[in-house]
Amino acid sequence: MHMPSLATQFLHVLAAGLLLISFAMLAQRRIRRLIVLLAWQGALLSASTLLVAITAHQAHLYYSAALTLALKVIVLPWILMRLMKRLGIAGEVEPLVNVSTLMLVGLALVIFAFGLAQPVSALATTVTRQALGIALAVILLAFLMIIARRKAVTQVIGILALENGLFFAATSATYGMPMVVELGIALDLLVGVFVFGIFFFHIREQFDSLDLHHFESLKEE
Amino acid sequence: MELLLVLATPLTGALLLAFLGAYRRAPEINVITSLATLGFAVLLVLRVIRHGPMMVGDEQFFVDPFNVFLIALTAFVGFTTAVFSRPYMRIEDERGRLTPVRLRLYHSMYQLFMASMLLALSTNNMGLLWVAMEAATLSTVLLVSLYRTRESIEAAWKYFILCGVGIALALFGTILLYVAAEGVLGHEGMRALLWTHLDAVKGQLEPTVVGLAFVFLLVGYGTKVGLAPLHNWLPDAHAEGPTPVSAVLSGLLLNVAMYAVVRCKVLADGAMHSLLPGRMLMAMGLLTTLLAAFFLWRQRDIKRLFGYSSIEHMGIITFAFGMGGPLANFAALLHMTVHSLTKSAIFFTAGHASQVAGTQRIDGIRGLLAVSPTVGWGLMLGTLAILGTPPFGVFASEYLVLTTAMREHPWAIPALLIALAVAFAGIFRHVQPMVFGDTNAKPLPHSPALLPVFVHLALVLMLGLYMPPALARWYRLAAHLIG
Amino acid sequence: MIALLRQLAEALLAIALAPLLAGWVAQCRAWLQNRSAPSLLQPYRTLRKLFHKDAVLAEQASPLFRITPYVVFGTMMLAAAIIPSVTTDVPFARVADAIALVGLFATARVFMALAAMDIGTAFGTLGARREMMVGFLAEPALLMVLFNAFLMYGSTALPTVVHDALAFDTHGLLLRPSLAFAGVAFVMVLLAENGRIPIDNPTTHLELTMIHEAMLLEYSARHLALMEWASWLKLFNYACIGFALFAPWGIALHADTASPLLLALALLVLKLTVAGAVLAVIETVSAKLRVFRAPEFLSMAFLLAVLGILVHLLLRS
Repeated sequence: MHMPSLATQFLHVLAAGLLLISFAMLAQRRIRRLIVLLAWQGALLSASTLLVAITAHQAHLYYSAALTLALKVIVLPWILMRLMKRLGIAGEVEPLVNVSTLMLVGLALVIFAFGLAQPVSALATTVTRQALGIALAVILLAFLMIIARRKAVTQVIGILALENGLFFAATSATYGMPMVVELGIALDLLVGVFVFGIFFFHIREQFDSLDLHHFESLKEE
Repeated sequence: MELLLVLATPLTGALLLAFLGAYRRAPEINVITSLATLGFAVLLVLRVIRHGPMMVGDEQFFVDPFNVFLIALTAFVGFTTAVFSRPYMRIEDERGRLTPVRLRLYHSMYQLFMASMLLALSTNNMGLLWVAMEAATLSTVLLVSLYRTRESIEAAWKYFILCGVGIALALFGTILLYVAAEGVLGHEGMRALLWTHLDAVKGQLEPTVVGLAFVFLLVGYGTKVGLAPLHNWLPDAHAEGPTPVSAVLSGLLLNVAMYAVVRCKVLADGAMHSLLPGRMLMAMGLLTTLLAAFFLWRQRDIKRLFGYSSIEHMGIITFAFGMGGPLANFAALLHMTVHSLTKSAIFFTAGHASQVAGTQRIDGIRGLLAVSPTVGWGLMLGTLAILGTPPFGVFASEYLVLTTAMREHPWAIPALLIALAVAFAGIFRHVQPMVFGDTNAKPLPHSPALLPVFVHLALVLMLGLYMPPALARWYRLAAHLIG
Repeated sequence: MIALLRQLAEALLAIALAPLLAGWVAQCRAWLQNRSAPSLLQPYRTLRKLFHKDAVLAEQASPLFRITPYVVFGTMMLAAAIIPSVTTDVPFARVADAIALVGLFATARVFMALAAMDIGTAFGTLGARREMMVGFLAEPALLMVLFNAFLMYGSTALPTVVHDALAFDTHGLLLRPSLAFAGVAFVMVLLAENGRIPIDNPTTHLELTMIHEAMLLEYSARHLALMEWASWLKLFNYACIGFALFAPWGIALHADTASPLLLALALLVLKLTVAGAVLAVIETVSAKLRVFRAPEFLSMAFLLAVLGILVHLLLRS
């Protein structure tokens, strides 16, 4: 059996950790813990980017890792936490039924993602190309989370998790996008979270809750 | 230089309007900025006509016959909408639906939206294209919820989440494209994301990966085009946002998203050496058209009605691009132009019509001809134009699409004809009583700016009767470019 | 002949050590909960007491009820003989296929459930039903855990796994995320299968929650002793499966000389000590789940194990 290098192995462990966190987020009912999980996901992402930067000697990935650390581990979770505190919903629990079914659907998605990523992994030249399937799985699981949740906050967390998966896909398959693009994405993300924050207040002002069950007026009759 | 000005003008306008606050003259500044943008866009067009395609800013931006025509169209509709928005938003303001803060947001975001669309159109970098598309979503999402009603917030949320998810798929597609390109172009510099470079080597790209990338890009940007099954956000956002926003969403944003899809299709076509990308576009387009046509019947909200009509037309355009070939592409480009002009004109009149009636509900709007003849005639003519009655330009482009389909894909004809007929009947049965019929509504306090409506409709009429040779040559070049 | 003796010795060692492990876990739990701990040897005393009593059987009890303790104890003993705890160099090792092992556990479970229903009391039936539900969900998870290791080493026989794993580790450090997934899943299955806290509580007789105890209510004296002993053996067996899969260090590959055997024995005791303490900690820090949440817990274990397999398949270069 071929022995991959130690760095690659570490990367694989980090990738597996990302996948695990995705599943944990899918099943997590408490909003506060969900944000903590999101921050952890960002931390793993930053660590893996740093590792790729070191092993592949990609200078711009150092900035990328630092950016991830600042944005996804510190700033975004902090903003979210503050928002939750100001809205007074940090400790809220979201009722989730049928977690087992959700998990099984998630499992099916992972298999699908791995199958889909196979041809791309075969083509990619990076040391981390095997992790692309995991990245795609993280993306699809975030989708599932957005679909399954009925609270505005958790849907937003789902979108952020989605973005984490995309970022991981970029580093694992291509050593990251060019810096200009990455900065643009980061900016969009930051602005997006601000807009979401504004939205939370609007929604609460109009509906007295952040539960999207109330969103029923715009339906096809 | 011209391109830089085209991009910088709306951006400056956005900043200016954001800092000026609730300045009394904000609407005028908005109009002037848009006019300046249009002026620079015209200069750009002239330059491209004279000197051919150009590449600016370390190859990050480029202008070729395909996008220059869309840049001009975007700047033009942006300008006319700004003109229309001045009296329209004034009436809304006086009716207490807005506050100074929100008006400031509106004006500033309007320019920002224009800037991001122009950036999306002119960038050569597939990554920047994505960033600009996302920026376009972000700048409009708060505009959709401008009235802060329950419905508008719900619509904006739906728009945000659906487009956010869609655009995320597009980003994954972009990453995959980068993977495929990196092998050929290397990842030094940024060449592997530049469309012109990709286009040059598209034959060598790995077909499976590009195919996969195209699926993601199609679904992702397709969400913004309003292609089924991810079209849900579109009617809501169009119905609940302020009318100028509906007009630019329908008239411009959908085009820009379409442009992104077509750019990706060109690459996929070249890499996959198969008809698959085109077939996918055709299938999605046809499905979208049919679905939207049937939904048209049951609408009760005038702006929602025309939102669905936009979906239907986007479906036709997608179908035409899917067929490919110079003629179908020509028809699709023409249809993009006339749809953009007609639909924004319709939204202008629909906005005033609902202001006259005090409601957007179709059964609340009656007898427009009696209260405000210009609005009534505008709506009637616009509707006739969008439904493809001769001699309007929409008829010409739909006729071209149908004849091309007849020759190359006869199986699609029944579906297309059914969709067109259903849409015709669906829209007409709603519009007819709104225009004619009795009413006791009062005229508007400020005379509506209906010049844009008639300018748009006149242009559409002209395109139906006579195509200027310069424009025709231009379309042909663009159609040839798309392949 | 000597090999057979070694085989016998290994089985007897398991039988002898199993109550000690149970006593150790109980002691740790008591310490963690600030109670005065029972003696380490308490399980042995319980056994002695029970064996000295006269057995009482319900009038309606069928022969099935009576033979079940022997069957259950026998299967557990057989399992203990098969699982390589000290050495892989024993005759039965060749048949020690993990699928067979799962089958053995299932046999014991079926007998227990049938016997519990045999008397016809409400508690027995309730316990049996819950036990079958847990088993039904835990078995696939356990199989997936096992497949995980087998995918890595290409065999479903535990001795081969141990052999390969030990041979492999001499090549240098190898991180295996899939084994980590499987390890967590295995611990979850272990907790569920042995009536440990998130699923069941071995020290309670509260009718709303009990599973394992509900099935033993009708047993007394030597029958009860055998049943208890069997359940301790089961815990011991699970611990040894865990060591074989995830921490095979020290298990003797050749039993020709005494020193590797002694080393293996010492390491086994050490590993059991650590495992028991960890188990006690898990049981102390987690809260018992309501019965209807048990499927969620076990589907999580299943999910983790399958994820382990998928990750392994994907990351294999």
